[in-house]
Amino acid sequence: MSTEPLSLDDLLMAHAAGKLAEPVALVVATHLALSPTSRLRYRRYLALGGSLLEGIEPVPLDKGAWERLAARLDELSPTTEEAAHPKLPGDPGCGLPQPLRDYLPRSLDELRWRHYGPIFETDLVLGSHGYRTRLIRLRAGRAVPRHTHDGSELTLVLEGAFHDGFGHYRRGDLAIADAAIDHQPVADGDRDCLCLTVTDAPLRLTGPIGRFLNPFLRI
Amino acid sequence: MRAGNGPEEADLELAIRAVAERYDREAFQRLFAYYGPRIKAYLRRLGAADDVAEDLTHEVLLTMWRRAAQFDPAKATLSTWVFTIARNKRIDRLRREKRPDVDLDDPALEPEPAPAGDLLVELRQMSHLVVQAMDTLPEEQRRLVRIFYFEDKTHSTIAEELGLPLGTVKSRLRLALGKLRVLLGGGDA
Repeated sequence: MSTEPLSLDDLLMAHAAGKLAEPVALVVATHLALSPTSRLRYRRYLALGGSLLEGIEPVPLDKGAWERLAARLDELSPTTEEAAHPKLPGDPGCGLPQPLRDYLPRSLDELRWRHYGPIFETDLVLGSHGYRTRLIRLRAGRAVPRHTHDGSELTLVLEGAFHDGFGHYRRGDLAIADAAIDHQPVADGDRDCLCLTVTDAPLRLTGPIGRFLNPFLRI
Repeated sequence: MRAGNGPEEADLELAIRAVAERYDREAFQRLFAYYGPRIKAYLRRLGAADDVAEDLTHEVLLTMWRRAAQFDPAKATLSTWVFTIARNKRIDRLRREKRPDVDLDDPALEPEPAPAGDLLVELRQMSHLVVQAMDTLPEEQRRLVRIFYFEDKTHSTIAEELGLPLGTVKSRLRLALGKLRVLLGGGDA
């Protein structure tokens, strides 16, 4: 079953349950910022989490828990805590949404880009091992050499668009390719296509057999 | 799914509003009594040791106290809000990595489509939809959905505990999640 292709809903549900590793969570969360329909589905999976929490068999807190907690309420006044992500006045990065912006310098030019034919790419450094996270810029109208994957690959379009015979992907669209897919992405002709991609490195697949529903899901 | 004799949803939402508006400790104690043991159960099931789960539960409750005014009953149920806080605290504490997530309240985001006319009504009704969807699943599949959300276990461990072959656990979990997605209107199952 670990070879079953992953669906978008698999990812949304796993994100709601808090099961995705950091690089995969980054791609899914950035997709959510760009896709209102996925956000609606994500809210449903959060609501499922809330309902399950209501139905869980409770575990009593320690004796005196309320007294200890109540004593700490004095230290903290409610209401005025800052939002986790204060809005920056000037958009520092290139029209790219949160949460991706947190991982980028003010300008994409500050990143170290490598260059192969029509492809420019740069690695982003994230917490989880076993994944490779990259920004990839494909020149307008040009093709990536035909390839298969060692593992799974998630590709989120940030600017421009590409097509690969399986679909046409525009800003905010998430392409999910597993090891079986043999494809050749081609950027649309009018502008460069900038994507965020995560691949699970081959070493990920040498782990305990049957451990993962799919390598992207922590289960 | 709501526990039999527990307080009603509306009472708990009144309590969080009382906390937001006037730092009402009695109201907060009602929230503590209902959610505290559930948050702890959630954290324990996900593998936190008892003392860690206790400590993190206090953190979740203190966050509820501080951010009570941010809870918006038009956008989610209280339990969904609490679940999200507990999930986040757990990742922050136990994973030692960043936790990228979308800010659902960011006004800069393009509004979500409203499938049934009014988006707020749709979101409000979602939890009832979820309960109904869960109720249509056989008990075994409900159990597997709970495992997906609440247990950080490998498929092999789950198979051992349930006394089922590994392949059976994987296919049934997949089936349960797929059915639930269809019931929730998620689409591609």
